[in-house]
Amino acid sequence: MTADVVQPPPAIEARSGPPSDLAAAGRVFEHYAYQYRRAFRGSMFSSFLNPVLFLLAMGVGLGGYVNAQNLEALEGVTYMQFLAPGLLAGAVMQTAIFEATFPVMYGLVWRRIFHAMHATPIGPRAVAVGTLLWIAFRLALVAAIFLVVAAAFGALASPLAVLAVPAAVLTGLAFAGPMGAFMATQRTPDKFSAIFRWVITPLYLFSGTFFPVDSLPDALQPIAWLSPLWHGVELTRGFALGTIGGQPLAAGLHVVVLVGLALAGALLFIRNIRRKLAA
Amino acid sequence: MSIDLASPPLIHARGLTKRFGAFTAVDSIDFDVAPGEAFGFLGPNGAGKTSTMRMIGCTSPATGGTLSVLGMDPATQGPEIRGRLGVVPQADTLDEELTVRENLLIYGRYFGLSRAECGRRADELLEFAQLSERRNSRVEPLSGGMKRRLTIARSLINEPDMMLLDEPTTGLDPQARHLLWDRLYRLKQRGVTLVLTTHYMDEAEQLCDRLVVMDKAKIVAEGSPRSLIEQYSTREVTELRFPVGIQETLDVQLDGLAERIEHLPDRLLLYTDDGEAVAVAVHDRGLRPETVLVRRSSLEDVFLRLTGRSLVD
Repeated sequence: MTADVVQPPPAIEARSGPPSDLAAAGRVFEHYAYQYRRAFRGSMFSSFLNPVLFLLAMGVGLGGYVNAQNLEALEGVTYMQFLAPGLLAGAVMQTAIFEATFPVMYGLVWRRIFHAMHATPIGPRAVAVGTLLWIAFRLALVAAIFLVVAAAFGALASPLAVLAVPAAVLTGLAFAGPMGAFMATQRTPDKFSAIFRWVITPLYLFSGTFFPVDSLPDALQPIAWLSPLWHGVELTRGFALGTIGGQPLAAGLHVVVLVGLALAGALLFIRNIRRKLAA
Repeated sequence: MSIDLASPPLIHARGLTKRFGAFTAVDSIDFDVAPGEAFGFLGPNGAGKTSTMRMIGCTSPATGGTLSVLGMDPATQGPEIRGRLGVVPQADTLDEELTVRENLLIYGRYFGLSRAECGRRADELLEFAQLSERRNSRVEPLSGGMKRRLTIARSLINEPDMMLLDEPTTGLDPQARHLLWDRLYRLKQRGVTLVLTTHYMDEAEQLCDRLVVMDKAKIVAEGSPRSLIEQYSTREVTELRFPVGIQETLDVQLDGLAERIEHLPDRLLLYTDDGEAVAVAVHDRGLRPETVLVRRSSLEDVFLRLTGRSLVD
């Protein structure tokens, strides 16, 4: 570049406009896909093994005893059929909590790759949205594999069960958004284990996953209704059993609660990522 | 190759200020950077260099003053500006789970390049950064110097109009630093505008056409390395090191030996145009320092003169 007076000011024309938010989020998604290529096999295997083990132990093993009781609470389905959608929603929730913790730490603190993204035309919102899109994709994979395994165990009672996959993904996103938003404020993942132990595990156990909420003492039942996972389990189970059409109002309420949480979490996540990247 | 003073400046800052709550990181600084120039911010840690770089890089909004980068406004055209910058941050932000080449590929995608174009440029840049042999290695086990070169290669994937380098060689061994300087010098030769921060005076002297000295959020001097040394220091410096406890007793005996004397905790710096003559005069006065070193003045001396402190604590 020599001194050239007729050279136009460098500023006037950018070579290409900045990418739209969605295109930018797509590139962030692509980054995760690069990372995942290396972990793909192991991840697929554990996504497959997890439902096999649980459905075998609880659905077949424990279910044998439960079915012998002819429990009214199960409303005429086998324990396997009752359990599988609960486990599905619970497994997706757990994956969501993991995926909203460690990749966020990696991006903001450990390797600061979110900062690297932000040094390009990619903005903080695209970083956050791309991350959530990737989490949704991961959850869909986990849910789809789970569903195939559940089908093999004869745990699905209706063709509507395919819709259990989006229901479970929605359940996961209702957790991923708020969790990601929280982890974006942290310097270490120290609080992760406390959250897992004191929030996620109790929700997993008492949200109608393994037994109907009706079986809880009356005083505790309203607490279960506050659990986002309970809404997710009910919705997922409604599809898996094909009973969703019978209670459209309840189903609508579940969707509203989960979408509300997912959206609010996503907005907080975007805000917190922006605060970290553009201070 | 040459500095283009006829075109509008690539960076234009007036009264540029950054505050974090009550803390003022950058306090109303003025500077311009011309196309083709290698421009440095020299200063100790905490002087406000990184905050300034982040404002230029459109990842941190200015609190006050005016700033234009590549003729655009960072407040409203951040993505457009970032699309034409190459940023080398102070700490590497490589994805260590990916390979060397994948780091370049995905970075190119952030600038909207096609996959084919990313691949073509990645291969060129691997060559330039002397990393071709490690192209398919994961990043994590690479040496610090290699990671730094990869970061520089990555910052070039969009063929930037201007590079922002925040302490590019901090923490590297001398050999790795020289290799890096060589690569940066080649970029400068190609006409890439370099803006860098450093607290190494030798780095500033090697790379910068012009620099500003920053201290406590302000610019305290500006000029080429040579002109700064001429203005604020003497041609040579005679460094004397005395046994512990002796140095403090010498004021009278050293009187009149040099234009100016700096008392550092471990040595005395005598500023003069003829260092050898001063060394002889010290000896003639019967003083027996443990070591005597005569050297040319450096930016370190400029900094000491301006702030009374060393660059690297």
